[in-house]
Amino acid sequence: MAEQSLLEAIREGLHEEMARDPAVYMLGEDVALGGPFGVTAGLAEAFGTQRVVNTPISEGAVMGLAIGAAAVGLRPVIEIMFIDFITLAMDQLVNHAAKLHYMSGGQLKIPLTVRVQCGISGNMGAQHSQSLEAWLAHVPGLKVVTPSCPADAKGLIKAAIRDDNPVVFIEHRGLYWARGEAAGAGAAVTPIGEAAVLREGEHITIATFGRQVAAALEAAAELAPQGISAEVIDLRSLQPLDMDTLVESVRKTGRLLVVHEAVSEGGIGAEIAMRVQQAAFYDLDGPILRLAAPFSPIPASSALDRFFVPGKAEILRAVRGAFRRQGAGG
Amino acid sequence: MPEAALHRELLARMWLNRAFEEKVSELYASRVITGLLHLAIGQEAVAVGACSHLRTDDWVLGGHRSHGHAVAKGADVKRLMAEIAGRATGYCGGKGGSMHLVAMDAGFVTATGVVGGQIPLALGAAFAAKEGGRQQVAVVFFGDGAGQSGAFHESLNIASLWRLPLVFVCENNGYAEFTPLSAHTLVERLARHAETYGMPAHTLDGNDLLAVHDAMGKAVSQARAGKGPVFVECLTHRMRGHYEGDPAKYRELSQLAEWKEKDPIARFARMIETRSGLTAAEHGAIEADARARIEDAAQFAIASPWPDADEADTQVSAGHG
Ligand SMILES: Cc1ncc(C[n+]2csc(CCOP(=O)(O)OP(=O)(O)O)c2C)c(N)n1
Repeated sequence: MAEQSLLEAIREGLHEEMARDPAVYMLGEDVALGGPFGVTAGLAEAFGTQRVVNTPISEGAVMGLAIGAAAVGLRPVIEIMFIDFITLAMDQLVNHAAKLHYMSGGQLKIPLTVRVQCGISGNMGAQHSQSLEAWLAHVPGLKVVTPSCPADAKGLIKAAIRDDNPVVFIEHRGLYWARGEAAGAGAAVTPIGEAAVLREGEHITIATFGRQVAAALEAAAELAPQGISAEVIDLRSLQPLDMDTLVESVRKTGRLLVVHEAVSEGGIGAEIAMRVQQAAFYDLDGPILRLAAPFSPIPASSALDRFFVPGKAEILRAVRGAFRRQGAGG
Repeated sequence: MPEAALHRELLARMWLNRAFEEKVSELYASRVITGLLHLAIGQEAVAVGACSHLRTDDWVLGGHRSHGHAVAKGADVKRLMAEIAGRATGYCGGKGGSMHLVAMDAGFVTATGVVGGQIPLALGAAFAAKEGGRQQVAVVFFGDGAGQSGAFHESLNIASLWRLPLVFVCENNGYAEFTPLSAHTLVERLARHAETYGMPAHTLDGNDLLAVHDAMGKAVSQARAGKGPVFVECLTHRMRGHYEGDPAKYRELSQLAEWKEKDPIARFARMIETRSGLTAAEHGAIEADARARIEDAAQFAIASPWPDADEADTQVSAGHG
């Protein structure tokens, strides 16, 4: 099987969608030059700078432009360089993109894709490292997806572009160069709203997304010989959440650990915990656990920022702790 | 259209706008309409003068005070009235309301309750129009208060940089809510900002319908010809409070009296009496016709059903098309 990086997979997905549909446009700072990480490299050469458009550093106006263009028939893909800067475009995204279909009684559709990258990588500090997915998932009318592997990256970017709603496609910067199996040319879209069960298990469900998926899989592999069989779910879609898959899994395992790199409070983990306990309370063998970054801005120093990234070690500790406390085990 | 006929047509559109807003005010007073309403009585010449040059497939966007822009763009007054009254038969099924009108069949893309929010959206409509290659243009209406927003400045820059087919129409009525423009900026002629961004700009008497009509004719042709955006600043006045129910204590009564003198409909009618031979009887018939159409619209709204309760959270997302 051919391998590729997550970054190459996104690029391939963008390329295929631009070739497939002349209404797809790319807008963002330096996108015609590849962008800061090279995700859009080569697109301007292939499709021209009329469709791959460098914009001024005006996130609010460019977001509005993309929304307005979507309202009258284009399918823009806008790149916001860091999710931290989406704050500058929140009025347009939250008050306009998310609501225009509803407020117009269905007269308007906003087929917009917002590409943003997020996460702690490269010691960039408090304003270039956040994970703000929960803010976005909180807004009715927005969809939020995030891939953990190249095949899903390609499948989800294609799904986002073809969707008739605003979709925020979150790319974890720390995964850009992570390699994995390639989906291949012309591969199918990955449906939005479907989680993936990446490893089946009996005793605990680990639900996560983005960079923490790999950590969860590694932890599960290490737990198996010790008699703890963990099921690992990659959520992939944070709005809507695939509650069917989650609840079915927790009914089977009786335990749930949610892991994310966003700060602990008010995150996706809290939403999942609420909904799972409501649907599967009597199937739970213990409290739902959450592993997340401390509720703090993110420090720049490499001596400090590692405490903000839940990894294999933290997952192992959390899972073992759960079983120890409750004297139960596999 | 021969000039005399054009003048009568424009007068009819002015009355349609005025009658619409007066009826909304009346229905608000009798609680048929509720909500936050911003009327544009006194500013009709801007909407009518600007929209008279537009094709149905040109795009118009507006803000919180935009009933008149939708009426002038040719939206169905019955469905507009029903929307403002929150009825199922409204353009948006009652989900939009006064500040969020959309009438896509007439090319009225959207209004917004976020001051300045429509300006970036209009860039997008203009961008799509340019790419579509069918000589469409976009027109965006906003107040002087929006002129101090970041959205305004970012958008002027981009429209000018990319030569978008967009006409910026600033309705400078001298007030943002209760505060005069002079308290918000030292630059009281908003057209000066457009010049800074390299865009042709004009400031004119926005209560003079023909002045607006002429300036907008040139601006729209320039945009349609692919020569880039134009900024038209119309000095005007709202004869009502900021919102319905606003006692407007911040304004001098003398000021209001002065602006009543400048009522754009009365002024235009006086002018075309001499220029196009408009008779009092004709004028009366034009006004009566407009009022009758709006009365029909009001009756339509009142007789319309409320939206079903189970509509409340539908259309959050679009199905796949
Ligand atoms: C972003 C934002 N800030 C504040 C408000 C509250 N508000 C509504 S209308 C208005 C004044 C707008 O003045 P202007 O743009 O001149 O338009 P006008 O009301 O005069 O037509 C304000 C402050 C708002 N709706 N949106």
